[in-house]
Amino acid sequence: MSNTTTSIAQAGTRTVRFRIKRADGHKKNVRWEEYDVPVTSGSEGSGSANVISCLQHIAANPVTRHGERTTPITYDVGCLEEVCGSCTMLINGHVRQACSCLIDTCAPRDGDVITLEPMTKFPVIRDLWVDRARLFETLKRTSAWVPIDGTYHLGAGPMETPDEQQVRYKLSECMSCGCCLEACPQYLIEEDVENWDSAFVGAAVISQARYFNMHETGASTKKLRLDALSEAGGVSDCGNAQNCVKACPKEIPLTESIAAMGRAVTVHKIKQFFSGQ
Amino acid sequence: MAIPSSEQRVIVVGGGLAGLAGSIRVAEAGFAVDLFSLVPVKRSHSVCAQGGINACNEVARQQGYSEFEHFDETLYGGDFLQHQPPVFEMTHWAPKIIDLLDRMGVPFNRTDEAQRALRLFGGSLYKRTHFSGATTGQQLMYALDEQVRRYETQGRITKYEFWEFLRPVIDSDGKCIGIVAQDLRTMQVRSFRADAVVIATGGPGLVFGKSTNSVMCTGAAASRCYQHGVKYGNPEFIQVHPTAIPGADKLRLMSESARGEGGRVWVPAMKKNGEWTPHPTPGMAPRTVPVDERWYILEEKYPAYGNIVPRDIATREIFGVCRDGFGVGGGNMVYLDLTHKPKEELERKLGGILEIYRKFVGEDPTEVPMKIFPGVHYSMGGLWTQYTPAAEYERYESGEASIDNTRVWDPHKRPACGLDAHADNNMMTNIDGLFAFGEVNYQYHGGTRLGANALLSCIFDGLFCGQSVVQYVTRRAKNLVADRPQAVYDESVEGEHKKIAELMSRSGAENPYVIAKELGDVMTRESTVVKDEEGLNRALVCVSELNDRYAQMSLADTSGWSNQNLTWARAVGDMLILADPILRGGLARKESRGSHYRPDYPDRNDKDFLKTTIATFDPVTKQSMISYEEVETGLVKPRVRDYSKAKAKGAPTASNAPKKQSAPLGETVGTGSGGAS
Repeated sequence: MSNTTTSIAQAGTRTVRFRIKRADGHKKNVRWEEYDVPVTSGSEGSGSANVISCLQHIAANPVTRHGERTTPITYDVGCLEEVCGSCTMLINGHVRQACSCLIDTCAPRDGDVITLEPMTKFPVIRDLWVDRARLFETLKRTSAWVPIDGTYHLGAGPMETPDEQQVRYKLSECMSCGCCLEACPQYLIEEDVENWDSAFVGAAVISQARYFNMHETGASTKKLRLDALSEAGGVSDCGNAQNCVKACPKEIPLTESIAAMGRAVTVHKIKQFFSGQ
Repeated sequence: MAIPSSEQRVIVVGGGLAGLAGSIRVAEAGFAVDLFSLVPVKRSHSVCAQGGINACNEVARQQGYSEFEHFDETLYGGDFLQHQPPVFEMTHWAPKIIDLLDRMGVPFNRTDEAQRALRLFGGSLYKRTHFSGATTGQQLMYALDEQVRRYETQGRITKYEFWEFLRPVIDSDGKCIGIVAQDLRTMQVRSFRADAVVIATGGPGLVFGKSTNSVMCTGAAASRCYQHGVKYGNPEFIQVHPTAIPGADKLRLMSESARGEGGRVWVPAMKKNGEWTPHPTPGMAPRTVPVDERWYILEEKYPAYGNIVPRDIATREIFGVCRDGFGVGGGNMVYLDLTHKPKEELERKLGGILEIYRKFVGEDPTEVPMKIFPGVHYSMGGLWTQYTPAAEYERYESGEASIDNTRVWDPHKRPACGLDAHADNNMMTNIDGLFAFGEVNYQYHGGTRLGANALLSCIFDGLFCGQSVVQYVTRRAKNLVADRPQAVYDESVEGEHKKIAELMSRSGAENPYVIAKELGDVMTRESTVVKDEEGLNRALVCVSELNDRYAQMSLADTSGWSNQNLTWARAVGDMLILADPILRGGLARKESRGSHYRPDYPDRNDKDFLKTTIATFDPVTKQSMISYEEVETGLVKPRVRDYSKAKAKGAPTASNAPKKQSAPLGETVGTGSGGAS
């Protein structure tokens, strides 16, 4: 899938204005600050600046555009190559990873403005850093693992065809970044940990349930996953807005996963009804 | 196995492949594990590994490969600087590790017959690298993360994510009995007790500024252990990966698998009188460069291995041609070309890295050759660790027995000359009870790490040496850390509080981000691909000045909540301290070996330097003291490393290596003369 972009940035150095929504904690002292950051367009050998390199610039020069000294922006960051999921935030209103947001593409002209805000579906820790613990907790709820017997040597795992592998591989690229949840109208912020077990699980976790159900050994605990997705907050909470699949940076077929799990849950419920279990 | 005491706990610091594999092993043995990580473990730097994981497999075996060959290749690649017993054990365990990952559900690429597919990788002429697209590290990480989550639901592993390790707690007998850590959100500092501690915190890429590493790979945790008395081995051995994409914030890795799958490195050039000269229009569109004006630098110089020579060699060649004016557009870049390969195959096998190139460069590598340049990637050196050789090793070392290296043996009947699986000190540092797993230790890779051996060594440490942690804790069941007096813990916490208060109170004009950038610049310039005495001395002076400026720093943020300014400034201090042994080790090693290249001493010198560099921290001068230790080479006699020739008679070369994997070849052992198609 090509995401190729041709740089249209003007040559030489230009100034890009950052508007950043800051906070000292969840809903604490929320404020906007603006910074002017000099950016050199990506030439041979240097590569384009991205949102992270601009945040690094602000950290080294923590002064607002009005000349007020301030503190470096707090944000979550890791690999810088869009495989860890850390630096997810709202950039000009759209959820995505900051590392792969190239300035030459999103702010090609002198004076262009880039707006940064924290994700809204998770509590803010500080500035752009949010706490996505709920996402990982929800993976526990759906038994998102292959139930192996242990680490002793018991030979190879089940064989699979290249086609099956290609489908599973795509699903396995989910880095738990939360873009699909941010974009989803049904997934709402839930600060109370007690409610995490009944709130909507969201597309990422539904897709992971499909991933494990597709694996021969993983399928042995299929019932646990289908039970979890049959309950409150399960697959039936999906409102079919289909925002998730558009927001996914890894182009994981999330709506296919939701449809597949929706069918599986229906069949599971019918079987339960007739077997009386 | 003894029934574990419910009161005994093990701390694992670091949630990458080594830390997760170790946590799983220890939890499985029944001990409670407290797992600390700077980031949610699923986001650890191991996710950046791309190419694959090496292990002997049935197809390669029938073509003449073996666990022994994997062992020998690893030593040869590493220029024989490794202790041999741990490498022997690791390579013999490798096939079992692949099987286990396969059972955990890792989506390894498959052949038409649904077998696990294999690819070529640096330093080998056999396909022995298992892979999952070009995001193998990510896939392996997720499989281990899932198993850890399963143990978490059973209450056997407790995660402390967004917690930073500050120091080991060491008692008056010199035993490690816990750690001090800080919650990066609330900034709370507290101690944690443990009967054993495993450090699995990865490499120090950020000491070099921009590298292929993630932003948390500062080496601070290793530096803190070193400052508390842990010896540091081979600090000067830093791997510079030949193919990275230059970026404003980091150098993004372009996996060696691109070359393993047929990628070719070239520069535009003109041949005059049999000699290559720089191209008159080095910036011309690559696809319009006539075939006879393309200099395939690696293929020409290393006919046997071609583009899959080990990393240090490819890096020096690329660096060299750019220095000599052959770089693309006259700059510091060469082409890595995949455009001759079928698109569909590229997407299936390399999709992940092609996507990275598209997203960060804006060009499609299936259409246009990629532009790449070397970047700091991995540290072979790290915390010094010990091990116990298996029972028969001494016989080999003394010459009483010798390995017949032409034999492809039954791995179940291999000689016991690797590690003792029942020892309690495999990968334990010189501090009792403090272990080091994965990239943070100095074992396995010697002078250069072969591609796709890192994932292996990390998981091997976790699974195999995790057993040593279990043994260590079991044998100390009568001497519980839970019964220790609180005083030593309180003192350690107090020490960290003082350090924080001191950092917060500084009021000079310097900025920690600027100091780190300058450190990275000088380290990259003087202590990576080419080093010499003058440059290393210059760098030492520069680091000393940066230390003075560090003392004149002030923090822009002094708040007590989620203060990343403080944590970064603290890590910069630890990076400055770790830079010292990297430079001094390089200065003292007056030879060239693997990644350590000194034009002022261009040859390998086994007489004086077939030795591990040991750096010890001097708390008074804050500098390192360098000494040496013999390398255990009792299994394979070191020989000259020369990749212009294939290793042995009859072995395949890059041009006739078996190209297509097919169903097993039965009893016909491939001689390499033709291979399968």
